[in-house]
Amino acid sequence: MSHAQPVPDAHGHYGRYGGRFAPEALIAALDEVEAEWDKARQDPDYLAELDELLRSYTGRPSPVTDARNFAEHAGGARILLKREDLNHTGSHKINNVLGQALLTKRMGKTRVIAETGAGQHGVATATACALLGLDCVIYMGEEDTRRQALNVARMRMLGAEVVPVTIGSRTLKDAINEAFRDWVANVDHTHYLFGTVAGPHPFPRLVRDLHFVVGKEARQQVLELTGKLPDAVAACVGGGSNAIAIFAAFLPDESVALYGFEAGGEGARTTRTAASITAGSPGVFHGARTYVLQDEFGQTLPSHSISAGLDYPAVGPEHAYLADTGRATYEPVTDAEAMEAFRLLCRTEGIIPAIESAHALAGARKLGERLGPDAVILVNLSGRGDKDVDTAATYFGLVDPEGQR
Amino acid sequence: MTTTTLSTALAAARAENRAALIGYLPAGFPDVPSSIRVIEAMVEGGCDVIEVGLPYSDPMMDGPTIQRAADRALAAGTTTDDVFRVVEATAATGAAAVVMSYWNPIERYGVDRFTAGLAKAGGAGVITPDLIPEEADEWVAASDAAGLDRIFLVAPSSTDRRLALTTDACTGFVYAASLMGVTGTRAQVADTAETLVRRTREVTRDSGLPVCVGLGISTGAQAAEVAGYADGVIVGAGFCQRVLDAPDLETGLIAVRSFAEELAAGVRSRA
Repeated sequence: MSHAQPVPDAHGHYGRYGGRFAPEALIAALDEVEAEWDKARQDPDYLAELDELLRSYTGRPSPVTDARNFAEHAGGARILLKREDLNHTGSHKINNVLGQALLTKRMGKTRVIAETGAGQHGVATATACALLGLDCVIYMGEEDTRRQALNVARMRMLGAEVVPVTIGSRTLKDAINEAFRDWVANVDHTHYLFGTVAGPHPFPRLVRDLHFVVGKEARQQVLELTGKLPDAVAACVGGGSNAIAIFAAFLPDESVALYGFEAGGEGARTTRTAASITAGSPGVFHGARTYVLQDEFGQTLPSHSISAGLDYPAVGPEHAYLADTGRATYEPVTDAEAMEAFRLLCRTEGIIPAIESAHALAGARKLGERLGPDAVILVNLSGRGDKDVDTAATYFGLVDPEGQR
Repeated sequence: MTTTTLSTALAAARAENRAALIGYLPAGFPDVPSSIRVIEAMVEGGCDVIEVGLPYSDPMMDGPTIQRAADRALAAGTTTDDVFRVVEATAATGAAAVVMSYWNPIERYGVDRFTAGLAKAGGAGVITPDLIPEEADEWVAASDAAGLDRIFLVAPSSTDRRLALTTDACTGFVYAASLMGVTGTRAQVADTAETLVRRTREVTRDSGLPVCVGLGISTGAQAAEVAGYADGVIVGAGFCQRVLDAPDLETGLIAVRSFAEELAAGVRSRA
């Protein structure tokens, strides 16, 4: 590739964003993770073990599907779906989790903690811990344990302890607070397996590196399929891991427009939104400087999205940087638009997407209308929607009023 | 360098051959006027310094007791301007007032606007539990310009290099976190506390920067034990718990005053 990636500086800054706004007690652990990753990423044995897991356990490479029927509802543009939903555990999350779980063993730690919103990262973490023989505790907002009861059962079946978090807004942000509290008390034998490209340095870089494979594969697959690079790449953005996953390999390709679709909730101008770049302002949250939904005194505002995985009042610092530099464009997608795209993909392609990923699909429909039938749009279908069937059935009124779910 | 009321209070305790007693309460807990009355009771009972907490929606370093207290303060509508009002009332008692705040509320308010507001209210300094010196260039300049003390934390996991770096950036005192964990009461003082204070003193020998210990101290006996090696003893959750447990404010004030007296006796009987 001809252009350098906007790698963070030595202290994890992406321009004015990122950095390390963390308690002193955690700095040694963050330094350890950073040093271990710098070693591991150059260690052929580590990389071979990870590659083998990605191939024979996760099922990589994930295919690209030409969604011709769905494309008719997207201005006729060619819509290519990167099928991260077909990975083992049902989303892109497993890429990062396997890499960090192997890193945990390298550091000689025996216990893993993680936060989860929709449950995808929690399920992936519980899976990797079962495979590699690590103790596993997952923090999940109580509100989310209700929205995603199936994933709670799944994690417990995999041997993880799921701790419902009953303070604050009882969603993803509070689960992260609680995981940090656990980490500071147990850091000598515990790794915090952070699930997105947010948090203090080195997590945004580490998680991006471990997901780089997604965009790298997709770039090659699109070239083979169409003979050229896509005109646009679309992904949903909560914390932003699946978006960075598919953006990173395309960052040097200036002809490729990058679009992140935030969870607009009931509208980015309402108080019921999770669109932190569109509706938020720069602040410091969960260890990094980034866009945050906050009031005039810096108190975090409650976020809302129909999708638990995007229901987060901030975003990874690299996205804040990409937004400010204009390299990527971030737009909100409402709950209603996402659910319409969810329905369409089910009906036209026979694929039930995660509601998170449905935000990217809704965004791709808008892009298709704008760019026209000659455009090629690559969409990261970051996860499958099995976990969301209950939410969708209620939303679309598919449940027989007499029937019991 | 200007001498703050904080430095004066710590020097006075040292002159009496005792540790200073530093009590914490979130401003606005349980509401703004009541928090002032609780702080007055803490000072009457013997607190030399009050840490006025700026209640924050995401207190990553706090255990359940202080989380609940901060939640109550936020539910009562407490703002940064209210924090300054509480600081002003605290300073009026004669005790030194410092603010304890996570970083985002300071940055959002405007760093210079914050230091100006705090200095005007008579505050002596700020403790920033999630700010490390590497990220603090703007803060160092602003706190220096306003003549405010700047207190960072050291922890049992801090390397020797970081102990030196952090204490060099501190003025007033350095906050030594007694253990690896969040705020809240503990049955015993962690054995990591004394080791950390000894390691910290090795890098503060020239500056004479006071070392105060917090996290998990909640009895007079524990205060006496910590006073045996530290310049100050910091207590927070124990005060919050007494207010939370009391059926009404007046009962709470009695319990808070009596608790401060117990701790004040502790810091005067170095173990």
